[in-house]
Amino acid sequence: MAGPSLIPSGDYRTTYAADTTIFPTKASRNAAIAGIVLICFAPLAFSEYWLSILIQIGIFAIAALGLNILVGFTGQISIGHAAFFLFGAFTSAYISNTLPIPVFFAIPLAGVITALVGLIFGIPAARLKGLYLVIATLAAQYILLDFFSRADWFSGGAAPASANPFSIFGYVFRGDRQYFYVVLTYLVVSYLLVTNLMRTRDGRALVAIRDHYLSAEIMGINLTKYRTLSFGLAAFFAGIAGALYAHYQLVVSNEGFGIERSIIFLAMVIIGGTGSIMGTLMGTAFVVLLPESMEWISAGLKGSAIDKALSLNNNITFLREIAIGLIIIAFLMFEPDGLAHRWRQIKTYWKLYPFSH
Amino acid sequence: MNLQFLVQLLVNGLVVGTLYGVVAMSFVLIYKATQVVNFAQGELLLIGAWVCWALLTRYQVPFWAGMPLTLVFMFVFGIAIQVVILRPMIGEPIISVIMVTIGLSTVFQASLKWIFGVNPQPFPRVFTSQSVNLLGLQIQTVYIMSLVVSVAMMIGMAWFFRVSKYGLAMRATAFDQQVAQSLGISVKNVFAMAWAISASVSAVAGVVVAVVNGVSSGLSAYGIKVFPAAILGGLDSIGGAVLGGIIIGLLENIAQYIDSEYLHWGNLYEIAPFYVLVIILMIKPYGLFGTHDIERV
Repeated sequence: MAGPSLIPSGDYRTTYAADTTIFPTKASRNAAIAGIVLICFAPLAFSEYWLSILIQIGIFAIAALGLNILVGFTGQISIGHAAFFLFGAFTSAYISNTLPIPVFFAIPLAGVITALVGLIFGIPAARLKGLYLVIATLAAQYILLDFFSRADWFSGGAAPASANPFSIFGYVFRGDRQYFYVVLTYLVVSYLLVTNLMRTRDGRALVAIRDHYLSAEIMGINLTKYRTLSFGLAAFFAGIAGALYAHYQLVVSNEGFGIERSIIFLAMVIIGGTGSIMGTLMGTAFVVLLPESMEWISAGLKGSAIDKALSLNNNITFLREIAIGLIIIAFLMFEPDGLAHRWRQIKTYWKLYPFSH
Repeated sequence: MNLQFLVQLLVNGLVVGTLYGVVAMSFVLIYKATQVVNFAQGELLLIGAWVCWALLTRYQVPFWAGMPLTLVFMFVFGIAIQVVILRPMIGEPIISVIMVTIGLSTVFQASLKWIFGVNPQPFPRVFTSQSVNLLGLQIQTVYIMSLVVSVAMMIGMAWFFRVSKYGLAMRATAFDQQVAQSLGISVKNVFAMAWAISASVSAVAGVVVAVVNGVSSGLSAYGIKVFPAAILGGLDSIGGAVLGGIIIGLLENIAQYIDSEYLHWGNLYEIAPFYVLVIILMIKPYGLFGTHDIERV
């Protein structure tokens, strides 16, 4: 798994400070700030339908970011991410319903508690590598989901749990238009946090473990500590995203968070590019928009001969799953570095545009 | 203490366990020969069962012809997966290969639902007699059939690896690919063969389960149960996989017994293997018979 370490020739950085800046140029920093400011006007410009898609992208991007810390930066793999997402959702709903804690504080608290659970699962996982780890997280997925369907006091058991709407100091956020800003804030903050994490000593330790764990250990990096830590971090972001999802949907249920959802999270990371922070956002947007676009196409074909022959509209859920599976395979075979790599190539192409060689 | 019930469950466990053993065996076969962890093993089972079902009911093929046709189809299908999807992935990191098989399992699962629908379908009657009385126990004939087929497949597999030339080539490849290649073994062919055999053996298991319980997408759960079985036995030990499968099958049914007699939690049957899995991973990650991975620096 190649990281974002491909540095083009002609890039002369002479200090460590210059090497670890978040934005390589002033223009890219201004572009990022302009992009965030621009997206702030989205609730005014977009319809409810598009806003709900944007909110979904935002929430899932936070969870996928957590998974990317694990998969892309530490080289671990988890197919139990959906269970942690759901754990965050239930925890936040539970806290805000039973304790006198406003939702504003319940969300980060849910993140912390999910992180603790992630650490518990991470301790045995830290001893395991590669496929043993995959299988351990698979077990975690099933055990956690089983726990949710059993623990009536916590998750409502078979019935879905209800969650309060987001509120801060008595002001209640109602509707997608207001909730959009909540998600946007969390998204920007968590992406900044992770970008900064990768500039620190701990972030470099994680990357070292991914690249060659034996060498990393010889250099004095505590493998167990950092592997467990990355599990905790992944669970933290999954928990935050799950909590945001709970207060967006206002109900939480086991439905739709089986192993398929964990695979979708993995798809987001792979398609975006393992080990790329901005890639995660792109990958999430891709994976969220893919089924939607399939819905448009099949709605467009409704009543036509193709639709009748294949009965597309009746089977749209299966077609989505097929598409996601095929996209995962195709990206791994033809573009293992994901959309982030493609984006970098497009940028280099335009940099030298009329004189490409 | 309900002895009758316990014995019935133990027999159940043994029958289901040998089936787990067969599936785990074909899973380990792929892992040993090609170092691929196949997350789509359960889907191979499902494809075999659906293909056989379609041949028997939609095309009205008799069972004696339908079964070999299914096997031929799965053989070719196994080779096709290996050549088209997994051959280009040789040399990629293990995580990528695992994710490719996860993708494959999603695609297969959803395609089968698309083609055959989501409703479980009864399998046409292959055997006439319903159940026999054995030492005071009512045992269904399909169970005995299932046990016989599973044991036959295990013996067949053992024969294949001990005696046949291809089996020897496969063992050599599993031991050391470069050395095998230098001795004139086509590693490419061995990889394709491993997938083909694994797919066919899984298909037989799939048809057996389908004859007992009917065909439904729930069959692919066998692919998930393979992990506790294979890990318990040791990932690269075929004998271990069989033993692991039987233990997991028995354990599931004992869990069900304890659950229904004492605990009344419900659903313990399904989740017990995963708790066992976590415990094994914590205390003995290389299983009962697996090779310890020793790293020298």
